[in-house]
Amino acid sequence: MKNPFRSMINKTPLGSPSEYTRRKFLLMLAVGANGVVGVLMAIPFVGYILGPTLKGHADWNHWVPVGNLEQFPPGETRMGIYRNPDVRPGDGQTQTLPCWVRNIDSKRFQVFAINCAHMECPVHWFPQSKLFMCPCHGGVYYQNGAVAAGPPPRGLFEYKYKIVGKKLYIFAGEMPTLSTPT
Amino acid sequence: MPDLKQKGLDLYRWFDFRLGLAKPITEAAEHPIPRNTSSWWYVFGSAAAVLFTLQIVTGILLALVYTPTASQAWYSLTFLNHSYFFGWFLRAMHGWGSDFMVAIVLIHMAQVFTFGSYKYPRELTWMVGVILLILTLGMAFTGQVLRFDTDAYWGLGIGVAIMGRVPLIGAWLVHFVLGGPTLGTATLSRFFTLHVFVIPGLLLGLIGIHVWMVLKLGINEWPMPGRLVRRSTYIAQYNRLIKKDGIPFVPDAVWKDVFFAAIIVAAVMACAFFWGPIGPGVQAIPTIIQVYPKPDTPFLWIFSVFALLPPKLETPLILISPIVVVVLLLALPLYAGQGEKHWSRRPVAVLTLMVIVVAIAIFTRLGQTEPWSPHMQAWSGDAVQPQFLRGRTPLERRGAVVFQNMQCRNCHSIDGVGGQRGPDLNGVSVRLTESQIIRQVVQGGGNMPAYANSFSPQQLTALVRFLETLNGNVNPARTDSQRLSQGHSPPAAQGRQ
Repeated sequence: MKNPFRSMINKTPLGSPSEYTRRKFLLMLAVGANGVVGVLMAIPFVGYILGPTLKGHADWNHWVPVGNLEQFPPGETRMGIYRNPDVRPGDGQTQTLPCWVRNIDSKRFQVFAINCAHMECPVHWFPQSKLFMCPCHGGVYYQNGAVAAGPPPRGLFEYKYKIVGKKLYIFAGEMPTLSTPT
Repeated sequence: MPDLKQKGLDLYRWFDFRLGLAKPITEAAEHPIPRNTSSWWYVFGSAAAVLFTLQIVTGILLALVYTPTASQAWYSLTFLNHSYFFGWFLRAMHGWGSDFMVAIVLIHMAQVFTFGSYKYPRELTWMVGVILLILTLGMAFTGQVLRFDTDAYWGLGIGVAIMGRVPLIGAWLVHFVLGGPTLGTATLSRFFTLHVFVIPGLLLGLIGIHVWMVLKLGINEWPMPGRLVRRSTYIAQYNRLIKKDGIPFVPDAVWKDVFFAAIIVAAVMACAFFWGPIGPGVQAIPTIIQVYPKPDTPFLWIFSVFALLPPKLETPLILISPIVVVVLLLALPLYAGQGEKHWSRRPVAVLTLMVIVVAIAIFTRLGQTEPWSPHMQAWSGDAVQPQFLRGRTPLERRGAVVFQNMQCRNCHSIDGVGGQRGPDLNGVSVRLTESQIIRQVVQGGGNMPAYANSFSPQQLTALVRFLETLNGNVNPARTDSQRLSQGHSPPAAQGRQ
């Protein structure tokens, strides 16, 4: 069987007019048709894959409650738990997320992400020494979230908060990273 | 009987007339190879292929039960471990098979590097091999994610943190890896798809190309010192070699590969049987933060490097060094494609390999012990040893309580017990003066937090009094008169008793 591409590859396109046969033209037309169909098909395919990246900060983040104010006594830092606004079937326990709520004086609060700014590990609060410590690479933060020791490149990520009635709300939804800070 | 034999032969001919595969397969099997490459050093490539096949088979069987959702994945694995007939063994085979495959691929790579196999004309075989290594590590990483225990969950967090450090497109990459705004079932689905469809497909295709090139170009001959590879003469030399001293691959050389296949599968089965399945660990529940995440063995050295890099260099090194390493590996045959193959004439290559092996081994060992991490339970778990409390004043003992309560223990050990991030404090009173200790506690520094806001003056005084008693078990020299006044006899007298 003759390879249909051989003559196209071996001979220059500027050969004799007999090189331009009807069948070669039809082949090129067929390949072109596949190219058009391919591009059309690629739009939904690529869009499907990139879907999650096309939304921005404002699309993902919403005001969510982290609990009643009496859960967070003044002068103390306690864990708050909130339900992430973006939930999909099968997420289960992974969309119930923790954060650290510091009640400074019942009027001013600080709400920190659980994730260490170094590598996202969960920081632990130690009320005695008033420090957050990270179990992974030894990041340590003061009670106001500032870096005390270790490799973190910045302080703890801090959520915006508001008080509505007797409830504390935070503006959350995205996993906080250096590129997607709260 | 001869009738049956004839019928069998007819059946074979019926198939082969239609398939036409017997001739090319026989030719490939019997292709001549240099006699001394029939060596136990040449079995690792085929062993990697055997392990990959084993992983495919056990992987398909596990997929019959495994449920790739964030809420169910962990339960389906514990179900496999405890309630499904032979589920534990299949999981164990897959887990140990993965460790074996990473190890064998690395050994194979070290062997072909040492034997100079990447030189002309096998440059592309090496480059495809480098990609196969990356894909194998990709399988190991995505596989550990599928366990969806705390190690997997927070390990993914580390991956996301690295994406978040990429300038400009960081946010985009974070969402791309997560499949959404947070770590959840969408993330698991992505890694499931990579682990089960995308990477195995790429591996199959590239292994095919890799093996095809080995067949087409011939196996690398056993290197001889002084026999240089030159583009102009190599092919003719190789052809002369296999003409003069060649043996057919099947059966004269392949028996070692076949034997090793049995050994390696038996070794995986033995590990699976005696040590059982790997994980899953504690279920990934984000609100339970009493976790100590750690990657699987192949990635422990990277975990250590992250902890030990100077923070300022971290982001550039994490982002740039993998690219540099991969480019160097891919380009190796382009800048060292000719010349000596024998290890005795390539001291730089051999030394480089040894340094890399030793470094990775050390970092892996460090990753197992994690001396840089605070021991989060030490303050409540590791008691101050009695010898540091005996004969102390109430204030000094009060200081020991402060030392314990303030989590000092998480980073500082006393006589080897406790965290290792900071220095062992037994002996601190010999190293630092009292005012230096106070300054260090209050102001911190040298990677220690400042405790000025955490301590009351009373607590600080008590703590410093206690630290002052930690003299490294070195007592000041006593004089005989002191001993006598305290009711002891002089050492000479003791010796005679």
